[in-house]
Amino acid sequence: MTDAPVILSRRDLLKRGGAMVITFKAPALAFAQNARTPTAGPPDPQIIDSWIAIHEDNTASIFLGFVELGQGCSTALLQVAAEELDLGMHQVRAVSADTHLTPNQGGTYSSSAMRVGGPQVQKAAAEARQALLTMAAQRWQTPLSSLQVENGIITVAGNDQRTATYGELIGNRQFNLSFSGTAPVKDPDTYRLVASPIPRNDIPLKARGSYTYIQHQRLPGMWHGRIVRPRGQGAYRDGIRVIGMDENSIAHIPGARVLRQQNFIGVIAPKEWDAVRAARDLVVSWDLPESLPGNDSLFSQMENGLTNDRVAQEEGDVAQISNATAVSSFKATGPYQAHVPFAPNCALADVRQDSALIYCSSQDIYNTRTSIAGLLGLEQEQVRVQYHDGAGTFGHSCWDDVAQAAALMSALAGLPVRVQFMRWDEHGWDTYGPAHIGKARVSADQSGKLLTYEYEGWQHHWSLVETTDQTARGTAAAEWPPFPAQQINPRTLGGMYDIPNRYLLNHHVPGLDYLKGAWLRSPVDLSYAFVSEQAIDDLAWQLGMDPWQFRQMNISNYHWRDVLDAAAHAADWQPGPANSVNSNAPRVRGRGIGLGTHLASYGGAVAEIEVNRQTGEVKILHLYAAIDAGLVVNTANVENQLIGQLVQTASRMLLEEVTFNKTGVTSLDWNSYPILRFEQCPQITPVIVQRLHEPPSGAGEEVMAAAAAAIANAFFDATGKRMTMYPFTPARVLATLEA
Amino acid sequence: MAELMINGTVIEVSASIDTPLLYVLTDELQLKGPRFGCGLAQCGSCSVLVDGVEIRSCITPISALAGKMITTLEGLPAWYANQVGLQEIPASTPLQDALVDEQALQCGYCYNGMIIKGTELLLNNPRPSDAEIRQAMNGHLCRCGTYPRIIAAIQNAADKMSTALFTDATGEQKV
Repeated sequence: MTDAPVILSRRDLLKRGGAMVITFKAPALAFAQNARTPTAGPPDPQIIDSWIAIHEDNTASIFLGFVELGQGCSTALLQVAAEELDLGMHQVRAVSADTHLTPNQGGTYSSSAMRVGGPQVQKAAAEARQALLTMAAQRWQTPLSSLQVENGIITVAGNDQRTATYGELIGNRQFNLSFSGTAPVKDPDTYRLVASPIPRNDIPLKARGSYTYIQHQRLPGMWHGRIVRPRGQGAYRDGIRVIGMDENSIAHIPGARVLRQQNFIGVIAPKEWDAVRAARDLVVSWDLPESLPGNDSLFSQMENGLTNDRVAQEEGDVAQISNATAVSSFKATGPYQAHVPFAPNCALADVRQDSALIYCSSQDIYNTRTSIAGLLGLEQEQVRVQYHDGAGTFGHSCWDDVAQAAALMSALAGLPVRVQFMRWDEHGWDTYGPAHIGKARVSADQSGKLLTYEYEGWQHHWSLVETTDQTARGTAAAEWPPFPAQQINPRTLGGMYDIPNRYLLNHHVPGLDYLKGAWLRSPVDLSYAFVSEQAIDDLAWQLGMDPWQFRQMNISNYHWRDVLDAAAHAADWQPGPANSVNSNAPRVRGRGIGLGTHLASYGGAVAEIEVNRQTGEVKILHLYAAIDAGLVVNTANVENQLIGQLVQTASRMLLEEVTFNKTGVTSLDWNSYPILRFEQCPQITPVIVQRLHEPPSGAGEEVMAAAAAAIANAFFDATGKRMTMYPFTPARVLATLEA
Repeated sequence: MAELMINGTVIEVSASIDTPLLYVLTDELQLKGPRFGCGLAQCGSCSVLVDGVEIRSCITPISALAGKMITTLEGLPAWYANQVGLQEIPASTPLQDALVDEQALQCGYCYNGMIIKGTELLLNNPRPSDAEIRQAMNGHLCRCGTYPRIIAAIQNAADKMSTALFTDATGEQKV
């Protein structure tokens, strides 16, 4: 097989032997093989054949450029396709993302799978159905309007003689049809499959332990690899600098080899445990400059350093604050938090002189392909990237970094290589959700109508260059160009309320002197809501008003009203001002309400918590959250997404904080970076506000900010004090209670 | 060459005896149940039963396992059948079925440990309370936050087991 190119045509694939076949997801291959040969790049999204293939057995393959992250989108997108095609769920299969097989739908983030992918798949399926019906109409010389379809079997209304299946009409041949996007789609009131809780197709395999994760993938002849880095990253700008290395330190490990390019070091061995040992035992001395602020000086450095400022919104005149009855000024911070997928990231690579095959868990395989082509000096068309799911990643964790490391190590070794990060690699070299400082000043008139809203916030942006690239090629650290929607923005900050006078100011902190950063589920939104919604809550308290009713009277948008009310009703909220019973009992309970979002969709939440005034422990008893995400295609999936969002929010508010000193990150495992456990898990009540007639707007992250706000406001209700930092560690809680 | 008894079969493995069991299971035997999560015995994704007791295979060298009975997720239905005296080996345990019924999983990576530990719990305590479930499962982490549905699934499985219902390999319900 040494002469076989890695950019495989179907013939090459077969020639290369059966072993390669198992590296494809078997069901997808079985369905797809006669319909499509891999192309040297994403297939043209402007043609129907790039999206759908109908097979002779009257089943369909749907080619998905969005990836399954455990959120169930592969099932939900099949629901959409089956609905429009008039097929049953048993007749549709997904072909998972592969740069040479599936259309480029963009990265799977910002809850985009259903928001963007849903309508794309819907329109393509509708158009395929229309083409199939047109074929039948021509065959039978009968008007299109006389045809009906069920489970892919076309019949003529009132005439049971003539039937044809989709498979008979086109089976395994191409539509050769451009995708106009004009075919009529179903009336939502007639949906059979969409908007119902169809069981996910991946769950039975996962529950039986027979599901193939990226961590289970193997390539013929591959060796196992591990990266070797300092434990815990330093300042992004500094990257990694090797002072010295003693290769003899791993001479005792059978077959182990060191692979080095500039400051990138990896080890490989035929056996995985030997690779793990080699990475552990290899003696390397590092330059570890003291250039980070450390947790203690983080916020002062961010706030006092030079920033790039941008006015994100200016409406009316915030000087109207002089006419206000109640004014609340509130400053608070949010920490760096980590993605830390439960399985450290893993990738496999087979790099040849003029080609590369990469298996990875990238949420954006097309972007990964570009970065790997650059790293290896190949053309994009020579690099094929296949997606295989690992553990839930919740944003940009180390999936690009590990894919680059595998590609580089395969190129250096001349062998296929599988690289898995160790726990400390994943915890220590993440692109963390950035820290934030927010200052809100809001005001209301005597009647409780909001009058002014001011917010200024400090944070750095996402890191552009991965550590592998930075160390192996000396590529300078750089941030992504600013993406205003993810920074201080009028939608997330105050956008839910009717306020005549607004001023939003974004302080972009240049990020190279900090930790690496990237989007972490509901990026920065928890911090935004933690600051903004506490300030709003404080106005209600100052005016002696119930915080739910105060919000109600300042909201005219029905989406916001409905999620606010749905959360309050779910919690059986009885109106009354916050902290009206200020108890000195050792353990006090409180409830809070909050709103939040992430770019699209709407979240409302209520939290019930208990604070132990003696130990500083906070227990979250119950979280209720409502989402309006437009059309919810799979209600069971979205309920599960809400459960996950709320448990993660509890975890992030109570426990999660990346710790670091001047030289590097010190939270490197589940003890030093704890997450919520069974015994701490609150009761969860998810509520879906279903909108059959509105497009899906994303349901993967939107109640987290609302829940974060509700938890913070519940703390005030319980104690009469406001937390200005999270997570709510016992030490911080005690300090706040004593202040 | 070390000999290990895995899922009822004695297997000769080539790994050196200081190798943690996990790497024998995943690398040499290519099993998909136990899996690497932390390598530090902190998370539970590598859990297996050794003589019926849940342990972390990522830190347990195979030298410590001579003569012991190792059960992985792959062998769990057979082990379960043996424990409760079933004639036929079911395709999956009541807890696995309950997790599917609850649609509990998200990414599902932690579920090897959840199923191993949950099954151990149910065999030791057929009617666990909510607090007992949480206490028993507290050493198993889930990053997706699916704890509420796991707790519900363990309770449902307890109900099923107490009425001696299980699904056999043909999918038929038997009493």
